[in-house]
Amino acid sequence: MKENRKAWAFLAPSFLGVIFFVLIPFSDAIKRSFKEAMGGKFVGMDNYMNVLHNEAFRIAAQNTSRFIIICVPILLLLSLVLAVMINNLKKHRSFFKTSFLIPLAIPVSSVVFLWKVVFHQNGLLNGALSVIGLEGYDWMSTKAFPVLVFSYIWKNIGYDMVLWLAGLDGISQTMYEAAAVDGANAWKKFWYITLPGLLPTVFIVTVLSILNSFKVFREAYLIAGAYPRDNNIYMLQHLFNNWFTKLDIQKMSAAAVMLALIIVAIILILQRIDTKVDRKLDIE
Amino acid sequence: MIILILLSVLTVLPLWFVITGSFMGSGEFSGNFKTVLNDTTGKVSWPFLPLYPTLRSYIELLLDSPKFFIVFWNSCKQVFPSLLGQLLIAVPAAWSFARFHFKGKRIIFTIYIILMVMPFQVTMVSTYLVLDRIHLLDSHLAIIIPAIFSTFPVFIMVKFFKAIPRSLIEAARIDGAGEWKLFINIGIPMGAGGIISAMILDFLELYNAIEQPLNFIKTTSLWPLTLYLPGISVQKAGISLVASVVMLLPALLLFLYGQKYLEQGIMVTGIKE
Repeated sequence: MKENRKAWAFLAPSFLGVIFFVLIPFSDAIKRSFKEAMGGKFVGMDNYMNVLHNEAFRIAAQNTSRFIIICVPILLLLSLVLAVMINNLKKHRSFFKTSFLIPLAIPVSSVVFLWKVVFHQNGLLNGALSVIGLEGYDWMSTKAFPVLVFSYIWKNIGYDMVLWLAGLDGISQTMYEAAAVDGANAWKKFWYITLPGLLPTVFIVTVLSILNSFKVFREAYLIAGAYPRDNNIYMLQHLFNNWFTKLDIQKMSAAAVMLALIIVAIILILQRIDTKVDRKLDIE
Repeated sequence: MIILILLSVLTVLPLWFVITGSFMGSGEFSGNFKTVLNDTTGKVSWPFLPLYPTLRSYIELLLDSPKFFIVFWNSCKQVFPSLLGQLLIAVPAAWSFARFHFKGKRIIFTIYIILMVMPFQVTMVSTYLVLDRIHLLDSHLAIIIPAIFSTFPVFIMVKFFKAIPRSLIEAARIDGAGEWKLFINIGIPMGAGGIISAMILDFLELYNAIEQPLNFIKTTSLWPLTLYLPGISVQKAGISLVASVVMLLPALLLFLYGQKYLEQGIMVTGIKE
């Protein structure tokens, strides 16, 4: 009992803040998502239907999910390859870690001008492409999607790499030594020791990568504005932003509730897979 | 090894371009970028090093653009009080989760984790509603208050506090130290790495915030650097690179100084309970 009191003394300021500034307002938003804008009449699922039938919402939801489905696996793979390569180095490890982590420290706003110059119709990228005989695009207005994919990977590769390195660190060296005695080659060691050993890390890297993918809105917004010329990068984040400008609270509340549910669902599913894998590993 | 070197060069290249570009004179600058700036034809070029390096743009920005200082100051006014508030609120909360067993701990900590992983867009309406009700919209506090109660630093610090050997705390307790003393004399010094990690990660996040000021601050004179920089007009694009460098320097220096802590902070998010 006494321990309870002590614990709450330390926790209370934070928890009260969370209740007052997050939990109560969010339950207010849930309430509003079932009500009319004017007069506050209960309208059931009407707001939700409005959102789901909204053309802009469909496009945005599609683009956002496509972005996540394409980007997250690429990022996971690339960062894993990097982490394994760096882990095998004898020297200069910290040099490489630093270079891949640097983008994390660079504010998006600082590279906006550079991005514009690189991806412009007559920009650096097209210049480089023409040298090797390829036709370029006006990236920002017709092919903005790959630009965002690149920005996202550039920004997050160091973060994921560090998570993988932590996972690699947790694999015991004796297993590798035993495998070496048995005459296993590098590839076999990777397949039978490293990969299974990294499974516990996969869950958290995936979750964090999905969440960080939402922040790509910053690049999208700063480069292409609230209504990008290339429809393919019109994301849910743009939609929320634009509904907000119109103060469409009902629609936003309904959309926020759905987004929250989807994210919780994704996490639960990943966690399910994760515990199943864990159990399997324990049995082995 | 060669692949690694190539990739790391590619990763660092943008930084190199921005920094060296900031030393171009306005003549060289508009010569190189006129197609992008005016949407005319022709190719841009970004020399590996400026041909005629000059500090002119720096002087123009730092001496002749009072607006820049206001905006820089706005960023400071939003970031540092947020960090300070987090220190006061999140550190004790993390200590509570790490040190005590209490009723409801599991469920509350789960709530904290869920909130930590929610993107800004989920809580945007609700944050707006509460800020509106307490009349904080369109002020620095609209950024600071929600940031203070972010659960992310709590999560990071809990992991560090948990790593403190229990025997150490017990020994001090037997010596008659009260809970507050334990927290101040053992928790904070032993968990300092975690506190620094959380603060560095949070600094980078807050300093880079775009969604929050964009939506909660209408008055452009209160805008932070993140929103001001992309808005620098085409005619003044020369100073925009300098402004970019000035903006990224604090973050970069903090990163280089605290990289070890940053890595630890990222690593603990990956460790399972």
